[in-house]
Amino acid sequence: MSSLVEVRDLSVYFELRGGTFARLFGRDTGLIKAVDGVTLDLRPGEVVGLVGESGSGKSTLGRALLGLVPATHGSIRLKDQDLADLNRRKLREIRQVVQMVFQDPNAALNPSMTVEEAVADALRVHGVRSSAERRTRVVEALERVGLSPVELFLSKYPRDLSGGQKQRVVLARAIVLDPELLVADEPVSMLDMSVRAKILQLMLDLKNDLGLTYVYITHDLATAKYFCDRIAIMYLGRVVEIGPTDEIFANPRHPYTKALLAAIPEPDPDKALPRDLPRGEIPDAAQPPLGCAFHPRCPEAVSACGWESRDLRALLEEHWMRADAAYDEEQNVIGDLEALDDPSTIATFGAGGSAAVRAILDRMRAEDTAEPLWSGVTSIQDSGSGVTVHFEPAPSPALRRAGGVDVACVLYPNEGTGRTSD
Amino acid sequence: MAIDLTDEVVAPAPQEPVISARDVRVWYGTTRGAIRAVDGVSFDLAPGETLGLVGESGCGKSTLGRGLMGLLPEGAKRDGEVLFRGRDIFSLSKKEAYQLRGRELGMIFQEPLTRLNPLMRISQHFEETIKQHEPDLSKDEIRDRALEVLRLMGIPPTRYRSYPHEFSGGMRQRLMIALALVLRPAFVVADEPTTALDVLVEAQIVQILNDLRRNFQTSLLLITHNVGIVAEACDRVAVMYAGRIVEQGRVAEVFKNPQHPYTRALMRSTISLTTTGLNYIPGAPPDLVDPPDGCRFHPRCTEAMNVCAVQNPVDIERPGGGRVECWLVGPDDQIPPGGKQSLKQEELTVVDEA
Repeated sequence: MSSLVEVRDLSVYFELRGGTFARLFGRDTGLIKAVDGVTLDLRPGEVVGLVGESGSGKSTLGRALLGLVPATHGSIRLKDQDLADLNRRKLREIRQVVQMVFQDPNAALNPSMTVEEAVADALRVHGVRSSAERRTRVVEALERVGLSPVELFLSKYPRDLSGGQKQRVVLARAIVLDPELLVADEPVSMLDMSVRAKILQLMLDLKNDLGLTYVYITHDLATAKYFCDRIAIMYLGRVVEIGPTDEIFANPRHPYTKALLAAIPEPDPDKALPRDLPRGEIPDAAQPPLGCAFHPRCPEAVSACGWESRDLRALLEEHWMRADAAYDEEQNVIGDLEALDDPSTIATFGAGGSAAVRAILDRMRAEDTAEPLWSGVTSIQDSGSGVTVHFEPAPSPALRRAGGVDVACVLYPNEGTGRTSD
Repeated sequence: MAIDLTDEVVAPAPQEPVISARDVRVWYGTTRGAIRAVDGVSFDLAPGETLGLVGESGCGKSTLGRGLMGLLPEGAKRDGEVLFRGRDIFSLSKKEAYQLRGRELGMIFQEPLTRLNPLMRISQHFEETIKQHEPDLSKDEIRDRALEVLRLMGIPPTRYRSYPHEFSGGMRQRLMIALALVLRPAFVVADEPTTALDVLVEAQIVQILNDLRRNFQTSLLLITHNVGIVAEACDRVAVMYAGRIVEQGRVAEVFKNPQHPYTRALMRSTISLTTTGLNYIPGAPPDLVDPPDGCRFHPRCTEAMNVCAVQNPVDIERPGGGRVECWLVGPDDQIPPGGKQSLKQEELTVVDEA
């Protein structure tokens, strides 16, 4: 079966402009790799979920599919046309085929347009001149999304509608042009629990009735499980695991996927709280971690994950959070932690003498012998008033076949071999 | 129609409750009439206990939380009785209430960045908070106390002199919780503390809230729309609908064996990993200026009986402990003849959807 959309090694980078001074002196202020080398095929009639936390690049990838953000590298082919080759007019034409549903229906609808005007506007933009035809198609679309009797809704303004009704109008506007692909960015997360299921059901009905293909962008694996045929788990711009929904849920492989699954609150009071949650939060995309981007938070990290200077800083801070640690004295020995803030596999730091710094490191090591960072240390040398720690450099893992899915994790090096640590 | 609302008889708690709310009402005046956002709510909270207050948007749960704190906007009125360690906090003077807030009553909000002063270091936030209530403490003592509570929240001491913008969203919420807890208040209201956070961070914060009992002996009213969070972090749950608590009891009890049709509907509509079908609650919560007669949930209730449309349900003891107000549970002797027949209702359409 041929693909509706072919995404090949797609990257979308945003330049950080920085402040006035940085620009004045032409200083390079950084690059955000919002999407970083994603390859994805969408087959007609399929529902593909892009799942991840905020900052994972899932929304940027969705917007790139509509040509709303340009690709920095790689390509997106939609019905055998490369989006990069199209000028504005052609892009607008192709958006009849791809439509988007946004998260916040309040922001997606113009408050000064009635429901009829909002839905008809899409037709007007795409050259439907006859107002009679526009009205017929608007009425048909509103009926499809369940806003009937239509006469009750046509002249209403967004402020007169409930959240669920607004999202139905947004869906009507998206389907009125008979698209083939709908990119839905968190379509139910702003809605009350009581209507979420209803809007999801409506989207499933629309898909079956109109033969749509969906890209469903969400942070919520529970709804994705319901909705998607395939799921791509994203972290800091990369796909870390992709495969059929059933397989992902039955046998999650990437530690990040496992963490997302464990974090979903269950209404069943018998279920125990997950205790081994990943620490911290999604890191700064302008300076992603070296090696595997997830390693600083990963509960299953090993020596080959790409440990570096900033991980040592985090470990020091964690050490000082233990109530019995002598923060004030040790802080003077370690000195300025900013020495560890530049991403590097070589970390030089310390102010109170090599022996004292080593003693602190030894204490930290003894506190938690299972900490995987130490296995990534290749050497610790004396240097000035402190030490230099060398870490084993590691590349960011690529997607590899493992079971029925593709995973980007060092624990799954090759097809079928499973975990190296076993 | 005579309606009996003085119906609260709560069984004595094993411990003297920290908070004991009786028939609390909060209403906002509008040109259309009074919006009765909270309309006769009663509950008890034992020391160190966490009560989850759950319901749809607009059910009055946030208004109740703010009402208890005395943080209602201009134009809102409150009534009823809230005993905090035997003292009615609704009848305190402004100054007395101000003294009590922060020291004994704490509040955690949804969006932490809007509650932290961007020009003040974290250390200054703590100094200001602690000085306000314990002016005799030295700077070092303040620092020690602040660092201790920050440690419990998972914030390293190296960040004590940072500014709010230098923290991530989850860290800021930890800061808010730390600031609320540093004076060791006996009662804290947390209003949707995890709604603005990412899933993994939300789980971390839920864990922190769950550990509060052990670390602080604080009684917590946790306001949320997420039944999953209630199940994970609360001892007891109160389900709120259209200004009333329709069912309350121990979490395990209520969620295993929900008595009120609204509780059942709310749980069914929650999409979790164990969900096997997409369910939703038809219709929308009522207009609180003019709520429906009888049970306020009856227009959306699939099990409604004739009595539900005409007579207010009576608050009774739940089978298995707790309280519930629903005619399906009883008391049967107060249901008029023919009242148990199922109510013929118009079908709810998208026109009435939430």
